[in-house]
Amino acid sequence: MIELYGAELPSRLLLGTAQYPSPAMLAYAVRASGTAVVTVSLRREMAGGRAGEKFWSLIRSLGVRILPNTAGCHSVKEAVTTAQMAREVFGTTWIKLEVIGNHDTLQPDVFGLVEAARILCEDGFAVFPYTTDDLVVAERLLAAGCKALMPWCAPIGSALGPINITALRSMRGHFPGVPLIVDAGLGRPSHAATVMELGFDAVLLNTAVAKAADPVGMARAFGKAVEAGREAFSSGMLEPRDVAVPSTPTIGRGVFS
Amino acid sequence: MKLTVNGEAHEVAATTLEALLAALDYEGDWLATAVNNDLVHKANRAEFQLNDGDRIEILSPMQGG
Repeated sequence: MIELYGAELPSRLLLGTAQYPSPAMLAYAVRASGTAVVTVSLRREMAGGRAGEKFWSLIRSLGVRILPNTAGCHSVKEAVTTAQMAREVFGTTWIKLEVIGNHDTLQPDVFGLVEAARILCEDGFAVFPYTTDDLVVAERLLAAGCKALMPWCAPIGSALGPINITALRSMRGHFPGVPLIVDAGLGRPSHAATVMELGFDAVLLNTAVAKAADPVGMARAFGKAVEAGREAFSSGMLEPRDVAVPSTPTIGRGVFS
Repeated sequence: MKLTVNGEAHEVAATTLEALLAALDYEGDWLATAVNNDLVHKANRAEFQLNDGDRIEILSPMQGG
């Protein structure tokens, strides 16, 4: 169970809805993952088109919470207007806020992100900012009114996994009471387990599941990894040691010399 | 009146946003609209007056990550 902006959710895995081989596969993957939150976007509708209606109907049938996003927005104005449009269509104040600053890395424009976050928080949104692992930016986002943060662990869609464990560990340590959701860069279930073992509260991923040979199997695998990582964190893991320590008691062993 | 709708040039007789949507065969609760980068709420479309050169965005739910 995890609480985000006052909502209690049964799963710590949040799932993207893009790039699946088919809408049916998306639905199966969502169910197999056990996720309680999916993220969705807004895009231009063709005149006379019904694409949005079909997709929205499918998503509603899944019975999960919607986290609209501002994916692809490159300016504060673009992101704010997209968020306001999303609130009207999806009927939720939740918004995954993306303000992209670099075309190659899809790195967030953290300056624009803080500004957009402030505007949206003041407007009553529950903002989930897609950010880096920078501590000062995180502080600014919290000061702007964000009650959760979504740091990347590697560039979007890269599948590199956590490339800066030290920074992630530092972030976790600096913000012990803030829900931290690793968003972007996860490629394998073991990556998800790793960041959950570090104490992150949840993960959001998309490509690693959608582009797997078997998205449904991969969704299930990620669901298990997230649970395993969280339970390991909660259970207190053994710290690594530089010397061998026998696990079998040495006292009472037979002597044959 | 010349307008840009979702990036494409249109010449229409409609003078309100609601009339424009009808003229271009847009309908449904799942649409969101913006004019010149600002949201126009569904409830305000009927009275929202369009001007020559306006840029209109009509968006709907789509897959995203």
